[in-house]
Amino acid sequence: MTSTTTNPETLSVLDRPNSYIGKTVPRPNLDRLTQGRGLYVSDMELPRMAHVVYLRSPYAHAKIIGIDAAAAKQLPGVIAVVTGPELAAVITPWVGVLTHLKGLKSAPQSAIAIDRVCWQGEAVAAIVATSRAVAEDAAELVAVDYEELDAVTDMRTALDPQTPVIHASLGDNLAFERSLDAGTVDAAFAESDAVVEAEFVFGRHTGVTLEPRAVVADWNPGDSRLTIYQGTQAPHMVQNIAALHLGLEESQIRVVCKDVGGSFGIKVHVYADEMATYALTKLLRRPIKYVADRIESFNTDIHARDHRCKGKIGVKRDGTIMAFEIDDITGIGPYSMYPRTSAIEANQVVNLVGGQYTTKNYRARTRVVFQNKNVMCQYRGVGHPIACSVTEGLVDLAAMKIDMDPVEIRRRNLIADDAYPCASPSGLKFELLSHHASMDKLIGMMNYDALRAEQAALRKKNIHRGIGIASFIEVTNPSAAFYGVGGAKISSQDGVAVRLDAQGSVICQTSITEQGQGSESLTAQIVGSVLGVSMGKVRVILGDTDNTPYGGGTWASRGAGIGGEAALQAAKVLRRNVLDVAAAILQASPAELDIVNNAIVNLDDGAVRIELRELCRIVYFRPDTLPPGIQPELMATRHFVPREYPFAFTNGVQAAWVEVDTDTGFVKLLRHWVVEDCGTIINPQLVDEQIRGGVVQGLGAALFEKCIYDERGQLTNANMADYLVPMSGEMPDIDIGHVVSPTFETELGAKGAGEAGTAGAAAAVSNAVNDALKPFGAFITEIPLTPQVILSALGRI
Amino acid sequence: MIPAVSISLQVNGERIEAHVLPRLNLADFLREHLKLTGTHVGCEHGVCGACTVRVNGDIVRSCLMLAAQTNGASIETIEGLSDSGEISDLQAAFRERNALQCGFCTPGMLVTAQDLLLQEAEPDRERIREHLSGNYCRCTGYQAIVDAVASTARARTGRGA
Amino acid sequence: MKASAFSYARATSVVNAIELLAEHGDRAKVLSGGQSLMPAMNLRLISPELIVDIGDLTELRGIAVTGDRLRIGALTRHVDLLNSADVAKHAPLISEAITHVAHAAIRNRGTIGGSLAHADPAAELPASMVALKATIIVEGPAGERQIAAEDFFTGIYETALEVDELLVAVEVPVAQRNSAHYFSEFARRHGDYGIVGLAAQAVVDGDILTDLRLAYFSVGDRPVLAMAATKLLNVAVTPAVLLEASETLGEELDPQEDQQASVSMRRHLAKVLLARCVATLLGRPELSAGEVL
Repeated sequence: MTSTTTNPETLSVLDRPNSYIGKTVPRPNLDRLTQGRGLYVSDMELPRMAHVVYLRSPYAHAKIIGIDAAAAKQLPGVIAVVTGPELAAVITPWVGVLTHLKGLKSAPQSAIAIDRVCWQGEAVAAIVATSRAVAEDAAELVAVDYEELDAVTDMRTALDPQTPVIHASLGDNLAFERSLDAGTVDAAFAESDAVVEAEFVFGRHTGVTLEPRAVVADWNPGDSRLTIYQGTQAPHMVQNIAALHLGLEESQIRVVCKDVGGSFGIKVHVYADEMATYALTKLLRRPIKYVADRIESFNTDIHARDHRCKGKIGVKRDGTIMAFEIDDITGIGPYSMYPRTSAIEANQVVNLVGGQYTTKNYRARTRVVFQNKNVMCQYRGVGHPIACSVTEGLVDLAAMKIDMDPVEIRRRNLIADDAYPCASPSGLKFELLSHHASMDKLIGMMNYDALRAEQAALRKKNIHRGIGIASFIEVTNPSAAFYGVGGAKISSQDGVAVRLDAQGSVICQTSITEQGQGSESLTAQIVGSVLGVSMGKVRVILGDTDNTPYGGGTWASRGAGIGGEAALQAAKVLRRNVLDVAAAILQASPAELDIVNNAIVNLDDGAVRIELRELCRIVYFRPDTLPPGIQPELMATRHFVPREYPFAFTNGVQAAWVEVDTDTGFVKLLRHWVVEDCGTIINPQLVDEQIRGGVVQGLGAALFEKCIYDERGQLTNANMADYLVPMSGEMPDIDIGHVVSPTFETELGAKGAGEAGTAGAAAAVSNAVNDALKPFGAFITEIPLTPQVILSALGRI
Repeated sequence: MIPAVSISLQVNGERIEAHVLPRLNLADFLREHLKLTGTHVGCEHGVCGACTVRVNGDIVRSCLMLAAQTNGASIETIEGLSDSGEISDLQAAFRERNALQCGFCTPGMLVTAQDLLLQEAEPDRERIREHLSGNYCRCTGYQAIVDAVASTARARTGRGA
Repeated sequence: MKASAFSYARATSVVNAIELLAEHGDRAKVLSGGQSLMPAMNLRLISPELIVDIGDLTELRGIAVTGDRLRIGALTRHVDLLNSADVAKHAPLISEAITHVAHAAIRNRGTIGGSLAHADPAAELPASMVALKATIIVEGPAGERQIAAEDFFTGIYETALEVDELLVAVEVPVAQRNSAHYFSEFARRHGDYGIVGLAAQAVVDGDILTDLRLAYFSVGDRPVLAMAATKLLNVAVTPAVLLEASETLGEELDPQEDQQASVSMRRHLAKVLLARCVATLLGRPELSAGEVL
C-alpha cells in the first residue's frame, strides 16, 4: 500500500517514516518475565492476607444433608469456615443466559453450593486460614453429609424421558436448541452423485493455563472499596459482575490484572469460586487469596468441545459440493456459565460449518444439554475446531467417494477471492477473504506434489504417511452482536488514552489486556508509529480499571483489531494536538510539520525544528511563553467499536504431514503448515507465534487431550500426568505464511489472529491420519486420535 | 507440634539459615520464605517443570524436594542466574525470538535449556526438544523456544546466531 | 495441594534408618530421591507421619564392579547410572532403560533404590532388574537379605521389603561376551510411563538365542517375565517360530485395562515388542514385519 499525498494528516500510518507497523520488534515487557521478575497474582501477598481453600464435592450430584465444621474451626490457623447459606448473605446468585440466544435457559447458581451439588468439584464450603496448607488440613476435618443423587452424564440420553431432570424448575435438561435451514437441502442431496454421512466425536478438553486461576480480593471497609487482583482477560466485566452481585457500585471496585500465566479463554469468565472469594473478603474484612491448585483447575476451569456432531455432505461427480447438513449435540455441565453463557460454542458450530464453501444449501441443528459434569464454556477457538473438523472431514469423505484429490475438491468449492462481500448460508457477512490465494500459497510452501510422491514411495516400504488439508474461517473483532445485544454487560468497544509526559515520553492507557499475546507491544508499535516517537519512549498501562479507559479486554481475537484501532485514533488526535502546539511555538503551520524520531521536523526537508522533549518542557513548565489563546492538550482519548460488520472474518488453511505406525497406532507429527489472513499485520513475529501456539493447542486436541469422565460423573484424569498436554518432544515445526486482506472498517485494517491456529489444526491432523490409513479402508471421525482409537479402527485389536 | 528443621544453605550465593516445617517443599520455601517468586508453581506434582531450579549444579523440580533436604546445598534460581549474567545471552535470544508469551513457564524453561547447553555444545533440534520435554508451555507451541536455544548454542560455539 | 504435616528425621546411618523404621512401622516412609513419594504426598494420596530421609547416607551411593557382579548402591541416581561407564559396559540394558525414565530434572533426583522400592508396575527399572537377574540387597534389624528381583516385586507398589527393612543395593551379573539386550516402550510422550514396555536380556550365539529373558512392564501388577521366551531358545527363529512365541505370550499375559489401553491393546503391543525385540537381537528386521501379530 502506498500513498502519494504529502499531507501527513492523510498519510497512512502504515507508511509513516520509522513506522513500527509490519515490523518484528521484541515485546517491551519480556525482560521482566525472563528474569523471573513478573508479578503474577499467585505471587502476591498483602498485609493480613488469608488463604482460602474450597472444599469440593466428591459427587457429581448429591444433596447436602449437613456440614459439620466444628473440628476444622478448632485447628490453629483457621480463620473461618463458611458454607453456601452463610456466604449468600453477602452475594447473590446468578443465571447465565443471554436474550439473543433465544430460549437459552439455566438455573440460579450460587458462589458456594446451597443444599445440592451438581458436579464433582463444586464448592460446598470455604476454609479460610493463615496458609494454604493449614486450610487444606482443616478441609480434611470438615464433615459433609451427602445423599448421592443420580448423575446425568451422557449427553446422548440427557433428554430421554427416563433421565432425571437436573433442575426441576427448568422442566427438562435442554438448555438451548437452534435450527437452521437455508437453501434447498433435500433437493440438493437428491441431485448429488454421492452423499456421505459420518458422526464426529470430540474429546472434552480444557485450557490448562500454566498458572492456575488466581485472585486476591481485598475489601477495605475504611474506604468502602474492593480491590480485586485477578488474572483476567476482561477486568471491566469482572468489575461489573462483582458489583452487581455484591450490591456495590462499579466505582467501588477496582480490578487489577498484572502478569497472567496463560488465559486462552479460561480466564475470561467469572467462576463461582472467584465470586466466593470476593464475597469472603467482604465478609471477613481482610484480603483473601485464592489460587486453584492443579486438581481444582481440571475440575473447575471451564471445559470445552464436548460435542458429537452428525454430518452429511452431498457432492457431484465433478466435485461440486451440493449441501451440508449437521445435527450437533453438546453437554455443558449443570449450569450455563456466567456471564458469557455456554451456548456460544454450539451456536458457533451452526454458524460456521460449511462457511468457507459456495454452497447455499445448509441445514443444521444443535442441542445444548445439561449434565452433572464440570461446566463448559468458551475456550480458544470457540466452536471453530468443531465446525472445521466436521466440514473438512466431510469434504475429505466426499473427495474419497468421488476419487478426487483433497486440494482439488476444495479449489472447486471455496468461495472465490473476488466474490466479496458476500454472506454464508447461516447469514455470516464476509467482507473480504482469500481462500484461493491462501490455498495456492500453502500448496507452494508444502510442495504438495513432491509430498504426494514421497508418500507413494514410502507406502511401498510399508511406511504410512498422510497429508491433511483444512480450510477455515475465523470470527474476530466481535461487535456488540456477540454479547452486548444479548444483555451482557461486556464491552465490545475499547478505549485508549495517550499523553506526553514532561520529557516527551508517551504514556498510553488501554483497556485491552495482556496475557502474553503482545497487546502491550502492538499498542506501543501503533502509538509510536503514529506519533513519530520511538517505541522505547512509549509506556503502556493496561489491566487496571482505575487507570485505563473502559473496554472489553483481550479475548475473541479482538485486542489488535479493536484496541489497536482505538490506539491509532487516539495517537492521531494527540499528534494533531502536538503539531498545533509546535506550530504555535515555531510560528509555522501544522501542515508544514511532522513528528519524526521524537522531534518536530519540517515536512518538506525533514529538518529538526524542535525536540518533542523541549516542546513538552515548554508546555508544562513555561506555558507563559506560548502565544495567547493556546491551551495545549498533550493527552487524547479515543474509543472504537466495529459497527459495520458484526465480526471481521478471517480465513486460512492448514496442512499436516504425519506418519502412522500401523502396528502401534502411534502418530508422529512430521510437519505442519499454516497460511493465514488476518489483514494488516502489526508485528509478524507476534502473529506467527500466536498461530503456532494456537496450532499446538489444536494438535493437543487432535492427539492427546481429553477429560475422561466415568459413568458416575467422576473426572478420572484430573492431573497433569494423566491429562496429556502437548510437550516439546512430540510437536512438529510449523511453517507459516500470510495473505493480507485488510478490513476496511478500520484505518488499521487488522483482524484477529489468536485463534486461527486452534481452528484448523485438529482437522488437518485428522484428515492426514485418515489419508495415511486410506490403504486400510479406515476413516476415523473421533479425536483425540489415541493409539487405542487408531488400532481399533484398523481392526488390530 | 511438629518441630521445625534447621537448614543452612546457599541461595544464589547468599548464605541462608532457616527453620522450616518438614512438609514445606523447596518451591514454596523459595517463593514464600525467600520471596524468590521467579520460581513458579504450576502443578505441584512434578510434571509441568515450571518450578525447575538448580541444586548443587543439577536441575531439579523444586516441588519434589523438601526444603529440609537442602541443608548444605547450593541453590540457584532464575533470579540468581539473571543477576550473575550466566544466561543473559539465552534470555536475549528468548526475547528476540519471542520464545515466551505469558512467561510463566519461562524461568523453568531457561534453567532447563541452560542445563542442556552446559552439557552439550551443539544439540540438534531433536535433542533440544527432548531435553525440554518435561517443561510444559501452553502458549508458544515450543518452536520459538527451540529456535532460541539453538541460536544460543550456535552463538556460544562461535557459529553465529 | 500441599502435603499433610509429617515429622522428619535425617538418618545418620543405615542402622539408624532401620531403627527409625522399626520404631514407626508403616507410619514412616523412606525418602530417597522423592520423585515418586513427593508427588503422592503433595496430592495427599499418602500422608506418612514420619519421613526418614536417607539422603545423607553416602555409603549407599556408588557403582562398583566386583568380579562378575556390578553393584549399584540404592542412592545412586538415575543420572549417575546414565553417565556411568561401568553401567554402559557391564549392564547396558540399564543405560538404555534410564533414557526412558521421565526427564533430566527427575533423573537428577530419582534413585535406583527408590524406584525399585516404589515398585511401580509401569516403571522401567524394576523390569530391567528382572531381565538382568538382579539381586536386591536389603538390610533390616536381623541383618542383610538378598532377594532375587523376580521375587522382590509382589504387586502394585508392593515388594518383599518388610516395613523395617531398607533397600541398600542391587547387584547384577556383568554382561558376558555374547550378551545382547533390547529395551523399548510405547509411551504417549517423551518421559511418560509406557503403555507397554519390554526390557530384554539375551545371549546370542551366531543366529541362535541361547538365553532370553523378556521382562515386560505395564502389563500386570509387577514386572512380568514372559515364558514365551523359551519358544525362541536354541532354534532357528522363523516367522512360524516367532508366531508361536507370540501366541504363547498373548496367552500368558493378563494385562489390566486403563485410560491408555484396553486389555487387547496391551496384548497386541506386547506382541509388537516381542517381534521388534527378536528382530533387533538377531539383526533380522524382516521378523518384525506384520504377519506375526
